[in-house]
Amino acid sequence: MNNVLAISGIVIKELYRRKDFYVLFVLTALITLVLGSVSFFNDAKIVRYLKEICLLLIWVASLVIAISTAARQIPAERENRTIFPLLAKPVTRGQFILGKFLGCWLACGVALVVFYLFFGVVSESRGRSDSSTTGLTSSAATEGHAASAKADDHEGAAGGDEHHDDHAGTEHFSVLLNYVQALGLHWLMLGVVTAIVLLGSVVFSAPSSNITISFIGIIGILLLGEHLNKVALRQQQPVQGILYTTYFLLPHLEWFDIRDRVIYDQPPIAFVDCGLAALYAIAYTGLLLFVTWFVFRRKTLTL
Amino acid sequence: MSVILKTEKLRVEYASRELRSGIKVALNGLDLEVRSGEVFGFLGPNGAGKTTTMNVLLGFVNATGGEARLFGVDVREPIARQRIGYLPELTYYYKFLTAEELLRFYARIFGIPRSEADRRIETLLKLVELEHARGRSIKTYSKGMQQRVGLAQALINNPDLLILDEPTSGLDPLGRMKVREIIQRLKSEGKTVFFSSHELGEAETICDRVAIICRGELKAEGKVSDLVTQHQCDLEKLFLKLIGYQPQEVI
Ligand SMILES: Nc1ncnc2c1ncn2[C@@H]1O[C@H](COP(=O)(O)OP(=O)(O)OP(=O)(O)O)[C@@H](O)[C@H]1O
Ligand SMILES: [Mg+2]
Repeated sequence: MNNVLAISGIVIKELYRRKDFYVLFVLTALITLVLGSVSFFNDAKIVRYLKEICLLLIWVASLVIAISTAARQIPAERENRTIFPLLAKPVTRGQFILGKFLGCWLACGVALVVFYLFFGVVSESRGRSDSSTTGLTSSAATEGHAASAKADDHEGAAGGDEHHDDHAGTEHFSVLLNYVQALGLHWLMLGVVTAIVLLGSVVFSAPSSNITISFIGIIGILLLGEHLNKVALRQQQPVQGILYTTYFLLPHLEWFDIRDRVIYDQPPIAFVDCGLAALYAIAYTGLLLFVTWFVFRRKTLTL
Repeated sequence: MSVILKTEKLRVEYASRELRSGIKVALNGLDLEVRSGEVFGFLGPNGAGKTTTMNVLLGFVNATGGEARLFGVDVREPIARQRIGYLPELTYYYKFLTAEELLRFYARIFGIPRSEADRRIETLLKLVELEHARGRSIKTYSKGMQQRVGLAQALINNPDLLILDEPTSGLDPLGRMKVREIIQRLKSEGKTVFFSSHELGEAETICDRVAIICRGELKAEGKVSDLVTQHQCDLEKLFLKLIGYQPQEVI
């Protein structure tokens, strides 16, 4: 475990030293600007529309960050030969893979917290500004959400006090919970994505082909995954069988997309469902990492 | 003296689509024995299989046949690497780290407690003369400095066996001498050093024993003095003879 943490620390250090995270800040600034303009038109529809654009932006940006960082890890270690002095130490290849995964995933988590924090603060303070006080309290609440998001990441379970006496308080709480759940599920999904891309990076020799294939595959799952069974119904055998099998084998990343709940202020998801989603994501991530290790385990590493 | 590095009928075949025959035999039944406390020179022409042997010892390449052991443990076990230090042939380290951070990272991998690590990093930076550059990131280092970072990281766990792949390549005469001094110092501390080299003079001065390999096969092994008296020529002539070099007739 110590080795895994040490390796993941190097991944994160590289990311911030390479200034990759600047992309992130440019993006968050963009979100702030887009949403900041909302106060000019106090139209709920437009506010919603802008929220939608911002969340889409966050999703695309997070996928780009997750895929590009994960795809680079192992090929860069081999190309720069830094893998040799490292694996010459008592580090197993499994620890190496896990460390790389953890580093990438944690980095994604940090990026997501920053994204959602900005998005939440700005959209709640702007979008809900029927009175200035509400705006203030809700932005404070959103800040609190970030803290709790850090504390309990994947369960998406923020504390207990659901029985809030204050009605406005309850409403705020459910808004807050929506953000926390959206963030948590998003992060879990990025875990699966990172694992897919890491597997790709030990299977394909060229990082660019890995990035392309992973990106198309993941976008494909997100957009079409849930419709695959319906498409299958209209096909004949054996295509139907193949489509059905794919439907059941694919990781359903689209299940983790609860943007609509944030946009339309729908009630939060039950904790049981969040827990099940977490288990689902953890199972897929674990399986993919296992396969990655299996492929990498006996791989010949030469200059 | 106990044998701490041993290969038996080691065979390595590289499979690659780029090769015409499909496979390339890099090592062909190599038997080696390095005993505790000696400096062992591993000599051979380019492409002889020196790096390949080390790659097997460190678990980067799987042997096609035969076996390799370090401290009596099969090299496929990660624990076999606990007591060794390794300097790769062409060294590159995480460019974005400083020498100090790099050493600290490796110390952590070995599970060296923090205060102990601090002490060792201090000594090692002094030993390889990188104190002045300790806070700069490695990407600003010259080639020779990188080679010295490599040497420092190979020593971080105070290893009993050092595996050095061409430790003096790319260094100036002063740097080479310093590396030789370090090797001799390690020997006086009772460490075992297994290193590859093309420099026959160097091998002659610091090695207790040498092995000469060519095309993946062991051609000669023993004390330099014994080899020289046995074949009645100097090490360079012997080396050229063993690798099958025929002097061309000048027309
Ligand atoms: N990944 C690889 N795929 C195919 N052949 C390889 C591979 N790596 C090395 N070889 C071949 O194996 C043989 C031994 O190579 P090796 O690197 O062990 O030589 P070496 O003794 O270290 O040489 P040098 O002194 O030049 O470093 C060479 O013929 C080389 O071409
Ligand atoms: Mg070599």
